[in-house]
Amino acid sequence: MTKFIVRRLSWMILVLLVVSIITFIFMHAVPGGPFTLERPLPPATLEQLQIRYGLHLSLPEQYINYMTNLIVPVVTRGRLDPASRSDYLINFPLPFSDELVFRWMDFGPSYKSTTRTVNDIFRENLPLSAQLGLQASIFAIALGLPLGVIAALRRNTFYDYFGMGIAIFGVSIPVIISAPILQYVIGVQLGWLPLSGWGKPSQMILPVVTLGFSQSAVIARVTRASMLQVLNEDFVRTAHAKGLRERQVVVGHVLKNALIPVVTVIGPMLAFLITGSFIVETIFAIPGMGRFFVVSLFGRDYSVIMGSILLLATLVVLANTLVDVAYAWLDPRIRYY
Amino acid sequence: MDQTDQIKGLEVHQERSLWWDALVRLSRNRAAVTGAIIILVILIAAVFAPMIAPKGFDEANLRAPFAIPLWISRVFPNLKPMEEGGYTLINNEYPLGADKLGRDVFSRILYGARVSLLVAFIGPTVALILGTIIGVTSGFLGGGVDNAIMRIADVMYAFPTLLFIILMLVYFRNSFRESSPGTFIFALGRLDASIGGLLFVFIGIGITSWMGNGRLARGQVLSIRQTEYIAAARALGASTPRILFRHVMPNILGPMIIAETLAIPAYISYEAFLSFIGLGVLPPTPSWGGMIAEGAQYIQNYPYLTVFPALALFIVMFAFNFLGDGLRDALDPRMRGVD
Repeated sequence: MTKFIVRRLSWMILVLLVVSIITFIFMHAVPGGPFTLERPLPPATLEQLQIRYGLHLSLPEQYINYMTNLIVPVVTRGRLDPASRSDYLINFPLPFSDELVFRWMDFGPSYKSTTRTVNDIFRENLPLSAQLGLQASIFAIALGLPLGVIAALRRNTFYDYFGMGIAIFGVSIPVIISAPILQYVIGVQLGWLPLSGWGKPSQMILPVVTLGFSQSAVIARVTRASMLQVLNEDFVRTAHAKGLRERQVVVGHVLKNALIPVVTVIGPMLAFLITGSFIVETIFAIPGMGRFFVVSLFGRDYSVIMGSILLLATLVVLANTLVDVAYAWLDPRIRYY
Repeated sequence: MDQTDQIKGLEVHQERSLWWDALVRLSRNRAAVTGAIIILVILIAAVFAPMIAPKGFDEANLRAPFAIPLWISRVFPNLKPMEEGGYTLINNEYPLGADKLGRDVFSRILYGARVSLLVAFIGPTVALILGTIIGVTSGFLGGGVDNAIMRIADVMYAFPTLLFIILMLVYFRNSFRESSPGTFIFALGRLDASIGGLLFVFIGIGITSWMGNGRLARGQVLSIRQTEYIAAARALGASTPRILFRHVMPNILGPMIIAETLAIPAYISYEAFLSFIGLGVLPPTPSWGGMIAEGAQYIQNYPYLTVFPALALFIVMFAFNFLGDGLRDALDPRMRGVD
C-alpha cells in the first residue's frame, strides 16, 4: 500500500510538471503581453518593465526561473511583517528562533495589480472558492446520499419516483440556469436572502445550494444504482437469513459495499466544485478564484494564469489520487500496483 | 406445427437486428419518446427560424428598449407598466419582450436554438470520433503506443477542464486576430467567423473530451480482443482493418453512444458557459448562454431577459436527459431495472 501511494504521488508530480509546461507554452503563444495596452507604452518604458519582470529572457529561462521560485523552499532571516508576507504563499516561523522563517511557493508578482502579488491574491481569494466548493460538496453529499439510499430501499414506490424525479431535474439544470432563477425568486421576489456577496451565512446559502444541487442529483443516481446492485448479492440474502435486523443489513452490508462507486464520483466532484464555480462566483459576485482567472487571462497576467492552473490542477490530481487510494482501501479485491 | 412454420419463425426472429430491437424498446419508453419529440420540435423551429421568428435576431429598435407585452407584466408582479405607476414599456409586438437594444427575445431564442442544437449534435460526434480512433488504436496496437496515449490522457485529465477550454479559446481567438491572410490559422479564423464562432468551441470541446471515450473504447477493445470470435476471425485470415471495423467496432459502439448521449447536456452547458463569459459564440449571433449572461445583469428589474432563455435551455437539457436514459436502457438491456 505504501509503495502504491508513493508511486501515485511521484506520478502526480510528473503530471503536474507536464501541465505546467503545456500551460506555459499555450499562455505565451497567445499574442500580446501584459503590457500591451490600448495606447502603446513608449519603447524605453516597455523595455524597463520587461527587464524588471524578467520578460526579456528567453522562454525556457523564464520557465525555469518561475518554477524555481515556486518549488524551492527558502529559510530567511528577519521578522515576519505584512510586507514580506507578500513574497511567498506559505510563511511559517520556525520554532526555537525569532528570526528564522520558512517560506515556500512564490507565485511571483502580478503584472496587472500594482499593490498585490499573486501570493496575496491567492491568500485572499482562494479560501473563498475553497469554502464555496467544500460547502457545496457537503450539501451535495448530505442531500444526494440519503435520497439515493431511500430510493433504492423503497424501489418503485412513491419515494423512489419522487427522489429520482428530483435527481433528473437536478441533472438537467446546470448552474447557469438555476443561479439566476433562484437569485430572482428568492433574492428579488421573496426577498428572503441577500442577492450577492460572500461572508455572512445568509449570503452563502444561495450559492452553495445552486452549486451543490446538480451534484447531489448525480450522487443520488449513482448511489441508487449501486445499492440496487448490491441488494441482489448473495451475501445480503445470507445476512437476512442469519436473522440480522434490517438496519444492520443495510448499514453494515449493503451500504458499505454500495459506497465504492459513489466514492469514485465524489472525488472528481470535489475538484470540480472547487475549480468550476466561475458561474456561481460571477452571478453572485463572490470574489473567488474563478473571476480572477478569467480577468487575468484577458489581461495576459501570466503569473496569475500559471498559478491558478497549477493550483487547481494540483487539487484535481490530488482528488483523483485520493479516490484511487480510497478505492483500493474500500475494496480489497482491487489490486494496486 | 409443421417444419416450415418453425423455419419461418426462425427467419423472422433472425431478421430483427440488434439495432432494430433497441429502437423498438426505445419507442416503448414514454419518457424517451417525449424527449425525442421535444427535440424534434425544437430542431424544426431552429431550422425554420427565419420563417417562424417575427423579427430578425439583430433587428434593434431603439424605441422599444426593455419593452414587454402585457402578459409578462401580469406574470412578474414587479414589472408594472408605466401607465399603472411602474417603470416598464408595454409593446405587444414582442411576445417574450425585448432586450436593452429593443431586439425581440422570442426571435433570439429561436435563433439561439440553432447554436445549442449544433453543439448537442456536433460536440458528441467530435468526441466520439476522436475518442474511438484514439482508443481503438491504443487498445489494438498495445505496447508503447498504448502506454503513451494513456499517459497523455492522464495529463489531460489533470487539467481543470473549464480552465483549459478558456485558455485554448483565448489563444484561438487572439491568434486569429493577429494572423496574416493566406495562413492556415487565418483560414480557420474566417471559417469560425462565418459560423458565428462555433468552430473554435467545437475544437475546444473535442480536445478536452476525448479521454473518457478513448478509455472506454480502449477497455472494450482489450476485452473483445480476448474473445474467441476474434481469434476465429484471425484464423480465417481476416485483415486487421476488417477485424476492427467488422468485429470490434459494432461491439463497442453501443456503450460509447450511450455515454455520449448522456454527455450531451454537459456539452450544451459548456457552450452556454463559454458564451456566458464572452468566449463562445460571437455577437450578434444569439446563444442561450450569452442571453442568460446579458440578462443576469438586469435580473432585478427585467428578470424575463434571463428567465426565458434559461427555460429554453432547461427544456432542451431535460429532453436530452430523458432520451439519453431511454437510449441506455434500450441499447444495454443488462442495465434495465438497475438504474
